[in-house]
Amino acid sequence: MENALVVTDVKKRYAGGTEALKGVSLTIPKGEFFALLGPNGAGKTTLIGIITGLVTKTEGSVSVFGIDIDKEPERARSLIGLCGQEINFDPWMKPLDIVVNQAGYYGIPRSVAVPRAKRLLVDLGLADKSDQIGFKLSGGMKRRLMIARALIHQPKFLILDEPTAGVDVELRRSMWDYLTTLTKEGITILLTTHYLEEAERLAKHVAIINKGQIVANGSMEDILALHDGTASGYGGGKLEDVFMQLTSTT
Amino acid sequence: MPLDKQFISFYTILRKGVIRIFRIWSQTLLPSLVTSVLYFAVFGSILGARIGSLNGVPYMLFVVPGLVMLSVITNSFMEVASTFFFAKFFSRNIDEVLVSPTPPAVIVAGFVASGVVRGMMVGALVLIVSLFFALPSVAHPFIVLLFLFLSSLVFALGGLVNGIYAKNFDGISIVPTFVLTPLVYLGGVFYSIHSLPPFWQNVSLANPIFYLINGFRYGFLGTSDVSLTTSVLVLLGLMLVLLGVNIYFLKKGLGLKQ
Repeated sequence: MENALVVTDVKKRYAGGTEALKGVSLTIPKGEFFALLGPNGAGKTTLIGIITGLVTKTEGSVSVFGIDIDKEPERARSLIGLCGQEINFDPWMKPLDIVVNQAGYYGIPRSVAVPRAKRLLVDLGLADKSDQIGFKLSGGMKRRLMIARALIHQPKFLILDEPTAGVDVELRRSMWDYLTTLTKEGITILLTTHYLEEAERLAKHVAIINKGQIVANGSMEDILALHDGTASGYGGGKLEDVFMQLTSTT
Repeated sequence: MPLDKQFISFYTILRKGVIRIFRIWSQTLLPSLVTSVLYFAVFGSILGARIGSLNGVPYMLFVVPGLVMLSVITNSFMEVASTFFFAKFFSRNIDEVLVSPTPPAVIVAGFVASGVVRGMMVGALVLIVSLFFALPSVAHPFIVLLFLFLSSLVFALGGLVNGIYAKNFDGISIVPTFVLTPLVYLGGVFYSIHSLPPFWQNVSLANPIFYLINGFRYGFLGTSDVSLTTSVLVLLGLMLVLLGVNIYFLKKGLGLKQ
């Protein structure tokens, strides 16, 4: 089976000496909905930065659909769509322009990009906001706009770094439905989230990263099977209990 | 990325920049016009009447090319420096381009082209304003256009180096204030090099802006303090160096990637 992502022994040491990744290896098969979980500062965003070319790795290799990101960075990037953790579009631009411009950076002509962007904005419930200035959108709308922007060039591999952070329950559920339809269309998704019930519901495979190292990796059933039978008492799901067992420092 | 797609990406960056220039015209186009009117009024009309002529040319006509160039340099530089820095430091939307397959050279070309557009547009507007104060003759129109373009290009490239490498807001205000402005004012905007003592004449020769202003002035007056070829070569040399630095920075991710 073809792999969407192969990360081999990736290490990252920042200029200040912080070792963010200590030899991470990860494989995501094509078409998977994969959740990468970990506490704050575990190295999730650093790993995503390396995959997308925003962070330079110290060691190791990464390939996207068999394309080495060091040897053919432009080809590899053309296959990836990124919805980052931070809201990072030009706040003075309108949603339609933001999405159409993103298409332009991938070499897609406006004649193709405009109808495609309009359709994405409809799908994500932003059609009536397409001519509103970006900074006036609500938090949830901004998140959906980021997803539309990530999808405009029809990537084969979509990376979502905490896409539902700060989004209300109703909207979060509609985003789950939308992401599920994307996987049905064959798009591979890598999701990071702090909402573990979200990962439990959506992902078939899970990796848990802690202090720059993968501490668990497998199918959702495999990970849930690590549950030792004792509930944490906080009312979270099984995945939350396993997550706490594997990442707790106490 | 195939060439046709590279062109679309280039056009997208340029289009975005040009729309921004017009959207905030009161910040991008108007200030230079107001400043120029003041310069023309004070240095051209009021002081110029007392100075008389310089190098055999009425002072007002002598100062017009320098003042146009002053606007071109500052606008092309600041357009790129501030746009890139804002996208990198505040809104972080520079990531939109960095995660895309757009090659570094195309990113440089797109940002620099919008700097060139603003520089040339402001230059043309200031030139139009100057017509209210004097009617400058244009001895060599092609030379005027060439220097307008080359100057915008070189300083847009300089602005991009500044925008990429600046680590905080001070980083993009220090260079224009403490490097660019002194070089422009000492580059012969208001005077001829021949009115300086020999030592300062030699010092002026080390100032690249001196060549640029003189080349541009040659286009209008047909006379210059240095040869036209030297001026063109200095500008081309500077352009190649800055282009190389920009592409190197973007390829390596210096100032952009962690």
